[in-house]
Order: sequence, then C-alpha cells, then structure tokens
Amino acid sequence: MKLKKLLPLVTLVIVVIAVAVFVIQKDREEIMPVQGYGLNIETWQINGTRVMYVYAPELPMVDVRVVFDAGSARDGDKPGLATLTNLMLNRGAGKWNTNQLVERFDSVGAELSKQSLRDMAVISLRSLTEKEWLKVALDTMATILQEPVFDANELEREKNSIYVALKNQQEDPGDIASLAFYKALYGDHPYASPDLGTRESVASITREDLQAFYKKYYVANNAIIAIVGAVDKKQARQIARQLVGPLEGGDKAPLINEVPPLNEAVTIRKQHPSSQTTILVGHPGNYRGDPDYFALYVGNHVLGGSGFGSRIMKEVREKRGLAYSSYSYFSPMRRKGPFLMGLQTRNDQADEALKIVRDTLTMFIQQGPTDDEIKHSKMNITGGFPLKLDSNKDILAYIAMIGFYDLPLDYLKNFNDNVERVTIEQIRDAFQRRIDPNKMVTVMVGDLGDKTPAK
Amino acid sequence: MRKFFLFLLLLPACTVTASTVYEYKLDNGMKLLVKQDHRAPVVVSQVWYKVGASYEHSGITGVSHVLEHMMFKGTKNFGPGEFSEVIAANGGRENAFTSRDYTAYFQILEKSRLPVSFEMEADRMRNLLLSEKEFKKEVEVVKEERRTRTEDNPRSLTYEKFNATAFTNSPYQNPTIGWMNDLNNMTLNDLANWYRKWYAPNNATLVVVGDVEPDDVYLLAQEHFGGLPVIEIPELKPRMEAAQTGPRRISVRAPAEVPYLIMGYKTPVLNTASEDWEPYALEVLAGILDSGGSARFSRELVREQQIAVDASVSYSMFDRQANLLMISGTPATGRTVEELEQAIHKQIERLKNEKVAAAELERIKAQVIAGDVYEKDSVFYQAMALGVLETVGLGWQKIDEYVERVKSVTAEQIQQVARKYLVENTMTVAVLEPQKINRKKASGQSAAAQH
Repeated sequence: MKLKKLLPLVTLVIVVIAVAVFVIQKDREEIMPVQGYGLNIETWQINGTRVMYVYAPELPMVDVRVVFDAGSARDGDKPGLATLTNLMLNRGAGKWNTNQLVERFDSVGAELSKQSLRDMAVISLRSLTEKEWLKVALDTMATILQEPVFDANELEREKNSIYVALKNQQEDPGDIASLAFYKALYGDHPYASPDLGTRESVASITREDLQAFYKKYYVANNAIIAIVGAVDKKQARQIARQLVGPLEGGDKAPLINEVPPLNEAVTIRKQHPSSQTTILVGHPGNYRGDPDYFALYVGNHVLGGSGFGSRIMKEVREKRGLAYSSYSYFSPMRRKGPFLMGLQTRNDQADEALKIVRDTLTMFIQQGPTDDEIKHSKMNITGGFPLKLDSNKDILAYIAMIGFYDLPLDYLKNFNDNVERVTIEQIRDAFQRRIDPNKMVTVMVGDLGDKTPAK
Repeated sequence: MRKFFLFLLLLPACTVTASTVYEYKLDNGMKLLVKQDHRAPVVVSQVWYKVGASYEHSGITGVSHVLEHMMFKGTKNFGPGEFSEVIAANGGRENAFTSRDYTAYFQILEKSRLPVSFEMEADRMRNLLLSEKEFKKEVEVVKEERRTRTEDNPRSLTYEKFNATAFTNSPYQNPTIGWMNDLNNMTLNDLANWYRKWYAPNNATLVVVGDVEPDDVYLLAQEHFGGLPVIEIPELKPRMEAAQTGPRRISVRAPAEVPYLIMGYKTPVLNTASEDWEPYALEVLAGILDSGGSARFSRELVREQQIAVDASVSYSMFDRQANLLMISGTPATGRTVEELEQAIHKQIERLKNEKVAAAELERIKAQVIAGDVYEKDSVFYQAMALGVLETVGLGWQKIDEYVERVKSVTAEQIQQVARKYLVENTMTVAVLEPQKINRKKASGQSAAAQH
C-alpha cells in the first residue's frame, strides 16, 4: 500500500539536525541552535536571573514569561498563600490601582496572564511590538513585578472569589478526586498543599503574609525570564533588564525535600451523586532531569500517553467502550511529580474498569512494550518533533521550562536522539524500579452504591 | 470620532497584511483552501463537512457526532483504529470535532507527510465500513462522553436546558452530543443514512495551512480526492426560529454548591442580519461588557459592586442560523442570583440609554488589531477560521473584513442594537439552583491493597 512506502520518511527528517555550540565567554552567554530550521536558544544572566531568548521575527509580537520558584510547594502552613500572592500581583502596583493596570494592558491589546503551579509562579505577557504599545505593556508588567501593593480591600475580594472556587471544586467529581489523590500521594510533603488552599487557611492569610512571601520568593536569584518574539537581542536585553533588573537579589529558594515513597496501597472512596465514577490510580513518578526520564516517557507513550492506540485507551475504550477518556501520564516537577492513570465510567462499571487499568499496568511493568509498540511510539515522538515548536507560544513554554529546571541547553536538540536510544529493556527496568503496582494510591469518586446499569 | 480615527493611522507596524488564501475547486465540487505559513516545517490539514447537529431532526439527535466517532473505525482499506495508527506513526496528531453547523477532521503533521493524510481522508469520505460490533461499543463511549460533559456537570446541564427553552423550533434547541434517549435508540442504519447523505466531495471543504506550496497541494488533492464521485446533497429545509413573544424562565435543580445564571437574547448573525453592520455592532457590544479586565463586567460587577465572581458574554456572528447573545455569571459569596440578574439588567439599560465612551471603543479596536496578529501564532486556528466561514456559507473572504468592520462600529450603532435586540420579549433566563450534595453513602478509606 502506498502509505507504508511513506513511512520511511520519518527517519529522513530527524537526521537533518545541524548542531553547533557557540560559547561566548562574556556575560556567561550561550547560543544553542536547535534545529535545521533556525531556532536558536540564547541565554545569559542579569542580576542573578537567567534569561532565555529566541528570536522569532515573523509576527510583530512578543511573548515574555517570568517564572519564580514560588509555587504552592512554598505555601508552608498556609495552603493557598502562593496562589493568592500570584493572584494579587496586579491588584494594585506602584501608583496604579487595579482598574488602571488592566486598562493599560487592554488599551494596547496586550494580554497578561498569571498561573500558580506547585513549583512555579508564572507571569506572562503577550504584546504587539509596536513601539509605543509595547512600552506601555512592559512598563506595566515591570511595575506589577516590582511594586505590588497587596491592597487590603482587593485581598478580601480575592479571598471571597477563592471561597466560591473552592465550593465549585466540591461539585466536580474530577476535582474532588484530584484533591484527594494529591493529599494521599504526598502526605506531609509540600506538594500535598492544595493550590487554592482551604476555606480556613485562606481566611487566615493576611496582607503581611503576602508581603513576606513576595519579599522572600519574588527575587532575582529565584527567577528566570523567557522571551520569544520579534525583538532583537539588544531589545531582549533591555526587556530583561527592565523587568527583573530592579528586583531584590534575594536568595534562591532552598530545594524542597524529596518525595517519600508510599509504604502501602491506599484506596479512597468518596460518595458523590454523579452518574459516573471518576477513577485515579497513581504513584510518585519522576522529576525534571531524571536519569530515567526518557525511558519512562517513551514507556508511558505506549502505556497510556498517546491516546488512540496506547494500551490503556485500547483496553478501556477501544475494546470495551467503557470510557470516553482514559489515559496515563507522568508530570515531572522539581521533585517527583505524580504518575497517574485516570478515567471516568458509568458507576456500575467502575470496578471492572479499575481492574482493567490495574491489570494493564501490572502487565506492562512485567513485560514492557513490544518491538512494534516501541517502534511506533518512537516514530510518533520523533516524527512529530516539529509540532512541538510550531508556535511562539510552544517555544516560550519550552525555553521557560528548560531555564526554570536547569535542563541542559541542548535538551531540545538532543530530544529525538534520547528518544531513539531508549530500549525495551530500559523501559521495563525503569518501570519495575519506579512503579510498584502494590503500593498505589487509588481514588474513586461517584455514586458508589449504584450497581444498576444506567440508561 | 475623529480622534478615534487619527489614533488608528498612527499604528503602521501593527497591521499584518492578510496573507493570501489560495482557493481551488476540484471537478467533483470539492473546495480546497490553502494558506502559507512558513514559520515551521509543519502542515495542518482539515476536512470540513457541511453537516452537524443543526442538520438533525428530533429522534436522531447526536447522529452527526456519533458518526464522527465511527469515522475512525475503518474502511475497506484500513482496519478499525488504523487511521489513527498510521497518522501516529507519521508523527502526526489527529482528531475531529462536531458542532451545530459542521463536522471536521484534522491532522497536524511534519510537512512531507501531507499525502498520508489526504490518502486516508479521501478513503473514509466514501468508503467507511459501519460495523454493528464497533457501533455498539462506540455509542457507549459517546454516552460516557455525555455523562462526563453534561450529566455530571451542573453548569453544562443548565446550559443544555437553557437552549432547549430558548429555542422553540430552531435546531439549536438540541445538544450537539444528542439527548440520552436518542443515543439509547440510535441504530447503525441511522448512521449509514447520515453518512450516505452528507459525506461527499461536493459537500466538503479541504483546508490546508502551513509550510506548503499551494499548487503542489492542489495537485495532491486532485490525485487523492479528484476521483471521488459527486452525489446529490439533499436540500436543507429552513428551520427559522418562530418569533419569541415573551420572556422565558427556568430553574435547573441539580446536586451543586454554587448557583449559576445564564441569560440569552435572540440576535441575528451575519447569515441572517437584515443590516450587515448589526452583527459587528453586537460583537463590539459584547466586548464593551466583557473583553479584558477593564471591560464593564469585570470592572463594575466583579470589582466595584462585588456582585459576581465572574460574568461573561458570548456572541458568535459566524453561526449558520440566528442565535443568542448569551450572558452568564456566578454570584459572589453572600450575593444572590437575583441581585446578579438585576445588575446585568442595569448594564443592559445603560447600553440603551448612554453611548459608550470613545476610550472603550478604542480599547476594543486595539484588542481586535492585536488579536488578529496573535491568532496567526497558531496554524490550527488559521485553518479553523477559514473552515468555519466556508462551511456556514459565508465564504472565507469574510475573514479579511473582520478587523475593519469591527473598527468601523460606532457608539450609535451599539446603542441601536442594544435597543433593538436586548429586549425582554426575546429573553430567556436559566438559573442553576444547587441541591444539597449527599456525600454520606459508602465513603471511606482503607489501607488494604485491593485487586
């Protein structure tokens, strides 16, 4: 058939990766060409902050992202503190109140977004590069980063909206399951802290708490900045200098503790009046820079990370029609993020689906992927490499991640080679060492007493 | 208004010249649209069919979407799931989506793999094998999808009931995923009929955006799709919504924690507007209320009056049939849905009584200019925009007018459409009334391994 003849093209394309590394001594600067099609990652330091930059001149726009090591892992005994601090950055800054700040961005068509994750506090800006407009956007972002006022009235309002969001979580079986899963998986570890906090913890957070959190973690030595767009290197330097230059130097946040292993299997069942049961099964997974990263990545691609054709999807959906969505993933963080398998199915099928997922995992750990499976997964991953970097948005996310986690600058350049090198034996070995099917956290949320087939 | 215009002229660097769309037509009536984007060696290919939930009649709702699922279940030449396997082996991503007005199938690939996509899309356009065995499983998958998306999501459930109330005879009254009753009673024959009726080159548009040469794409399309036969596409009878003669209100009681409000007003779309500036005026009106943190809803309802934790407006001028301008919101802690609704009514009255400020119009204009550039960061979005416009019958060229038409909307026009369309007689309101969630049964935790 004609199609089969086209397949060898896969290997042709990935060979065209030209590699050269320039190391410029001055200013600790490095330039890293990634692909034949001219994506160069450049990096340097300013005031303790690492700058990651890619020149993308095609569209008259620029994306800027500043990431602090100030996610919910830093909440301490006040769950929700990191999220609330991140949320409050643009609720009054410098001489501008919230209305003036949002007006300044909106009036030049700029988009500011913020995100609080377990490791990261993220502030991102997308703006046109038209000179006057970009200046307004950057001046405003600089003020938000450097002079947030943490207005007391705005704090009360944001707390109130978090209370509503917390209630919203309690009506969503997926959210209920996820909260229970993280709590059981991480116990006393900082990653257990729920990002929105709890009603009680949020109520206890004061303006002084936010100021102290900001002072400690929103500092130059605890930040990276990533820039992608139609700004030349001189402009990129100026942007970095303007945004992070005036920040306090401060200290890099200390590394959080390692994630302790699970000692035993834990099963949590929560009653919820839904027609489906949400099932999550997981285990501590891997971390950024993990030596097993590629073996687990390629292995999971076969197991449940690639949608149709992956084993979990095949067993749960394609063979039996038990669920719409069923998957597995690793979510690597600074420390071990979760390895997670999940699905939702009609209540009366929940036990059957759970058994299938567990059996699929157990068999995969014992046997690893087949020759065919690993070959197909590698073809998909390496052949699809250009898709990972086909927009400024994607490039920004990659270089910010590389900068934040101190991954080697040639991470993307070597990505396909690292994938190609993975063997079946390595996958089996990595899964056997890393995932213990007898010590998993299992969460089930649904109408657990309902065993009658629904119509 | 003069100042408004001068401001515009000061922005030379911001307008990206609309990149050319190459339009071709195959002999069998299939349309091909190609747009170049050479930023990365990637191509997106989408096949758009003029069929969707709004083409369905009572009793078979959801058939377009179930058929979309079955399109991955094989042909004479490829086994079930093989389409996905081949695309995956070629490094591609693929999926499909069904809406009220269209069904579309897409692949994103490294550019040299485009022939793989064309060969298989052409094949399943006419050669689908509909097997009873695969159908039985797949319709269960769709029911699970419905449970996840709608049954167990109180807000989606409210939205579904809202549409069923707002529309009397327009097909937009039905959910795209279909009513559970209809899914329970769907047969393979329903799908076979639907497939035979609508899946043909003369009812499809192929959209390709990426690092490609248009003429090469045309030759490739000719090679793979050119031999497909023309079929007679049935005429779609008009099902224009009967005039609404008074406000409609419903409550939706479901296990939930937070109340929720949806309001809608009957509004025209580009396809149905008697005055073609009206949809653009409605678009800007929606932006005055809700586009960015400085829009009226965020500023006044969320931050100043603290009546809502969120409030948003949606309006789509590119639908095939007349639709709604919809407002939805969540009351803040200690505030009620009634208070929120009253505050929204005040906002609407103000649009009718006062002209919007020049600064507000300038903001929208800046956002539209910027949005036009930002959208070009995604090849998928660029293809999607062309596909939608072509498939709802407006023609892709409408995309080139969008920025200028939005920019030319005046304060007077916004006031006019507010007075004409945001009126009580065509209003529908749905309120989610949370019912206590019973979490008592069977909850527990055990430390024993279960198998």
